Amino acid sequence: MDIMGSLTTSDVAELRSAFPYFATLDARTEGPAYLDSAATSQRPAVVLDAERRFLESANAAVHRGTSGAVGAATEAFEGARATIATFVGAAAPEQVVWAENATDALNIVALGIGEASIASSSPTAAQLGVPGSDRFVLGAGDEILVTEAEHHANLVPWQRLAAKTGATFRYIPVRNDGTWTLDDARAAITARTRIFAFAHVSNVTGLVAPVAELVELAHAVGAITVLDACQSVPHIPVDFDALGVDFAAFSGHKMLGPNGIGVLVGRPELLAALPPARTGGSAITRVTMETTEFMPPPMRFEAGTQPVSQAVGLGEAARFLEEVGMARIATREHELVERLVAGIAATPGLRLLGPSDPSQRVALAAVSVDGVHAHDVGQVLDAEGVLVRVGHHCAQPLHRALGITSSTRASVHITTTEDEIDRFLDALRGAQRYFGVEAKS
Amino acid sequence: MSELDALYQEVILDHSKRPIGKGALDAPEGFPTATHHEFNPSCGDEIDLSIAVDPGSGAIAKIAWEGQGCSISTASASILSQLVRDEKLTLDGAQERIDAFRAMIQARGASEPDEDLLGDAVVLQGVSKFVMRIKCAMLGWVALEADLRQIEAKQSA
Repeated sequence: MDIMGSLTTSDVAELRSAFPYFATLDARTEGPAYLDSAATSQRPAVVLDAERRFLESANAAVHRGTSGAVGAATEAFEGARATIATFVGAAAPEQVVWAENATDALNIVALGIGEASIASSSPTAAQLGVPGSDRFVLGAGDEILVTEAEHHANLVPWQRLAAKTGATFRYIPVRNDGTWTLDDARAAITARTRIFAFAHVSNVTGLVAPVAELVELAHAVGAITVLDACQSVPHIPVDFDALGVDFAAFSGHKMLGPNGIGVLVGRPELLAALPPARTGGSAITRVTMETTEFMPPPMRFEAGTQPVSQAVGLGEAARFLEEVGMARIATREHELVERLVAGIAATPGLRLLGPSDPSQRVALAAVSVDGVHAHDVGQVLDAEGVLVRVGHHCAQPLHRALGITSSTRASVHITTTEDEIDRFLDALRGAQRYFGVEAKS
Repeated sequence: MSELDALYQEVILDHSKRPIGKGALDAPEGFPTATHHEFNPSCGDEIDLSIAVDPGSGAIAKIAWEGQGCSISTASASILSQLVRDEKLTLDGAQERIDAFRAMIQARGASEPDEDLLGDAVVLQGVSKFVMRIKCAMLGWVALEADLRQIEAKQSA
């Protein structure tokens, strides 16, 4: 493969053969077109093998006991942490906290800030805090800012944190196409903004946020930034340290890795000051019958048994992506998204959600078909063997703002072919015909 | 007939284009009423379904609903409205139809629905093969079931 540029047709064919799922599809005459990687991606054999190999030959209770086997397993587990740190531009592995999924990772932050806030409320509650956690205390008059386009995972925890602390929950409203801009953020951020949570790439509109500029705006008023990076990390080069973001979350299963694991990346001094919201074994240093002292990050946030083989698999997924090259992946997927957006624009009766300029979006496109409900569209697509996501994609407020309840989303990954995109577009037109809503061009 | 055509039968498409019962409830004076809001969390579809019961006969005298949904949920609410209107169902009678409908929809295509009980609703049997659409078909029926409980609570109060 070329080191630079995009992926060629033969590169993609070679990549598909590295995924048992696609190898199986391609062996069939009419295998489905898989365009649902934004919901969950398929995994290459090396990821499945890494997990299996670890379980078959190296599984042990990491960070518990003294045996050499435990040492080896712990090295594999911590090695994966280091791999992920490098992959997303975190200077130190300790900046990487394992979570169950991205939702859980975002909750670690929101719930931790809640604990810090409660800790400040009374002397008896003080032990809920950790040294330095008063920097997170929220109360009446403070503002938590999100956008109307957020996935529920980066919305509901903040709504609840506001309710818990008395802070005001605010949001940047989306425009008619579901997008929002740096200027919109500038207008919404105030001197009272303490937390600004937003998606790097929207899971509905595909809009890429200008993260570095937004972080600068937030930091200028002393706000903490929390980035939902679920739809960026699998598709474009991401360097959290360079972006300056305070916390970021992403999931394993959208980046060719296992289910059951997500990642929280945080700036060291902020993780160090964040109280743990879920507590228990192995996150602690000293426990008495009166009180508990906690480990430094990341282990402070990793109470209980961890997803060890999943971490090993996720490390392998990052290596796989790195080997293909994130810059090439971004270039290739941009070509696919251009084809997707052009095909949607060329079909009357389809409303593209999000930016019409494909350079502003990453890896996906959602449409609303005039006169046909997304569930009905999805049924026709399913019958045509086109696998996409229909529904509100965990973004009800965004859909409501656009005057719809749901949409049909196609999303691409490194294994996606032009043919799959064309089958999606054909199937959309087929759905229009099936329900008799073909628009006259 | 393909599974898709079995799902989207002409009757269903007709009901979804010209739904019966859609609109505000026109309850006669003195008739107890109930309204229930039902939500499909997977797509965000919702329905508000209302009934008015004749205190004399105990039959559901009026049924009406508002909301937005896919063709399956719209057709299903429409067919349900037609059934309730045509049969002048009592609360027990309505419950019997809801039970029969639920059994058909959850049977993965393996039931022989009673057309005498369900009327046109038997055309929704195709839905039972599409497990992800069951909630769509049930939306209006679940709302009616909640209305029945409300009326019963009023009657026993």
